[in-house]
Amino acid sequence: MTAPTLLAAGPAARTDRPPGLTRRGAAPARARETALGLLFVLPGLAGLGVFVIFPLFQAVFLATRGNDILGNPTRSVGLAHFQELLTPAFGTVLWQTLLFTVLVVVPGVLLPLALAAPLTQRLPGMRIFRTAFALPFAYSVSAASVVWLIMLNPGVSPVNWALGLIGVPAPNWTTEPGWATATVVGVTVWMVSGFNLLVLAAGLAGVDEEVLEAARMDGASGPRQFVSIVLPMISPSLFFAVVTTTLAALQALGQVQIMTDGGPNGHTRTLVYSIFDNAFHNNNSNFGLASAQGLVLLVIGVLIAVVQFGVLERRVHYR
Amino acid sequence: MNRPGPVPTVLTYLWLGIAAVVLLFPVLLTVIGGFLPSNALLHQPPQLLDGHWTLENYRAAWRQPVVPLAPAFLNSLFVGLSVMLGHLVTSCLAAYALVFLRSPLRRPIFWLFLATIMVPYESIVVPNALFIRSLGINDSRLSLVLPFLASGFGVFMLRQAFAQFPRELREAAVIDGCGHLRFLVTILLPASRPALIGIAVWSFLQGWNMYFWPLIISSSNNSLNTLQTAVFALKDNEGGSPAVLLAGITITLVPTLLLVIFGQRWLVRGFTAGAVK
Repeated sequence: MTAPTLLAAGPAARTDRPPGLTRRGAAPARARETALGLLFVLPGLAGLGVFVIFPLFQAVFLATRGNDILGNPTRSVGLAHFQELLTPAFGTVLWQTLLFTVLVVVPGVLLPLALAAPLTQRLPGMRIFRTAFALPFAYSVSAASVVWLIMLNPGVSPVNWALGLIGVPAPNWTTEPGWATATVVGVTVWMVSGFNLLVLAAGLAGVDEEVLEAARMDGASGPRQFVSIVLPMISPSLFFAVVTTTLAALQALGQVQIMTDGGPNGHTRTLVYSIFDNAFHNNNSNFGLASAQGLVLLVIGVLIAVVQFGVLERRVHYR
Repeated sequence: MNRPGPVPTVLTYLWLGIAAVVLLFPVLLTVIGGFLPSNALLHQPPQLLDGHWTLENYRAAWRQPVVPLAPAFLNSLFVGLSVMLGHLVTSCLAAYALVFLRSPLRRPIFWLFLATIMVPYESIVVPNALFIRSLGINDSRLSLVLPFLASGFGVFMLRQAFAQFPRELREAAVIDGCGHLRFLVTILLPASRPALIGIAVWSFLQGWNMYFWPLIISSSNNSLNTLQTAVFALKDNEGGSPAVLLAGITITLVPTLLLVIFGQRWLVRGFTAGAVK
C-alpha cells in the first residue's frame, strides 16, 4: 500500500523501536499522547456514538413504546411488540428474508466467479470484459429497480421477446407470488455481481503462477488445479464476497419497495421491508414494532457474522 | 495466466460474450433508450440501433416539474461529497491515533469502532429518524448527511493501511522534531494515497447511492430529494414514458459509471487490502 521506497525499510523495522526513544520522559509523554489520541478519535467516536451506538439503546427503549394520538412514541406497551414477533406472520417474514438471502448469495458469488476465472487468461480484450461486467455496480438500487421494471414491462420487454423466440410464455414478473421473489432475487444478483467480479478478479490475479506450473507438471487437470489450488488461494476474496453479499441481501430494501412493494400479498415482504413498512410507509408510524424488528435484524446480523467468521474463516487460507 | 489452446479460447469468448449480452443489456437499454423516440423504445424488442436518436427525452426529464432533477442532482452531489469528506477526516484522525499514539485506551476504542461495523443501518434507522426530527433540522440538507459523517469501516481500512507504514521512518521523523499533525499530513497521508483514494471512491458511492435514508427524510419535503428518490418519484409520475424515465436514470448514472470505469482499480485495492491480507 505504501510507496516502494518506504517498503524498502522492511517489515522487521515495524516492531523494533530504539529503546532510548520510548523510555525518555515516558510518563508525561504518554499522558500527552493519550490526550492527543482522545482528541483524534473524538470526531469519529462522537459521530458513531450519537448515530450508531446510542440509537441501539434507544431502539431497545422504543421497542417497548406505543404511539400516542400525535404519533409520538410515548405510551408504554411493555413487551407487546415482542409478542408480535412470535406470531406466524412474522415467522413468514423471517422465512422469506432467509430464503431471499440464500437465493441471492449463492448465484451472486458463483456467477461472478464463473466470469472472473476465464478473465485471468492472457487473451486480448479481457480488461474490457472486466470493466464491462463491473458496470452494474454503478447502479443505485432505485436506478436498477426502475430499469429492470422497464426491462420486464410487457409493452417493452426484451426479456419477454427473447422468451417468445423460444416459445415460452412470459410470466407476470412482479405480480405472481413465486415469480415476484425470483424477479427481486434476479435483480439483486445482477446488482451485486459487478462488485463481486472485481473482488474475485483481484483475488485471482494474485494466484501464484509457480504453484500452478508445478501442479501442471505433476499432471493435474484444469478442474483439479482450480479446486485444489486456485480456490484455496482466492479463499480470502471469496470469503469477503460471501460476507458482503450476505449483508447486502439481508439489508435489501429499495428493490423490494420499488419493484413489488412487498407484494403480491406479502410474498416479498422481508425483514427490512417490514421495518420500513411499519415505521414509515403510509404514515404507519408504528415505531415500536419497527424498532423491535430492527433488534431482530441486529441479532440475525451478528449471528451470521459469528457463524461466517467462526466457521468459514477457519477454512480461509491466508498467505 | 496460462495461454489456452484454440478450442478453449473460442469457448471462453463464447461464454463471456453470452454473459456480456445478458448482463449488459439493461445498461445498454438505459444509456441508449434515453436517446430513442418513444415508438422505437416501445417496439418489441426495443430498436436500440434505429438511428433516429433524439435529445428530447433528456430535455423532458431534466425539465419535468414534478420532481425537478437539478436540485436533486445538487443534493446527491452534496451527500456524496459530504460523506466522502466526513469519512476521510474522521477516519484519518482516528486511525492515526490507533496506530501511532500509545495509550491504554487504544485497544478498547479500536474494538468499539469495529463493533459499529456490525450494526446494520436498518436496525437504528427508526431512532435516528426520530432524533433528526426532534432536532428540527429535517427541512435542511444537513439532515441528509449528519448520521453518515463517521464510519467504523473507514477507520478499520485506514488503520490497516497506516499499520504498514515503517515504524522506523516514524521514529526518524519524531527525532527530526516533526509533530504528530505535520507527520500525518505531510508524510503519512501521501504515502497512504491508494488506501485514501479507495475509501474516497467507496464513501462517495455510499453517499450518492443512498436510498432508504433520503426516502424517509425527504418524504415531507420535495426539495430534499436526492437523485435516487427522485427516480423513484419519477417512476410513479412518468409511468407513461419509459424513454423519459431512462433519460432521467442515465443522468443519475453519469458520475457513478465514470467512477466504476476509471476508479475500479482504486476501489478494489482499497477493499482487498483489508480482506486479502
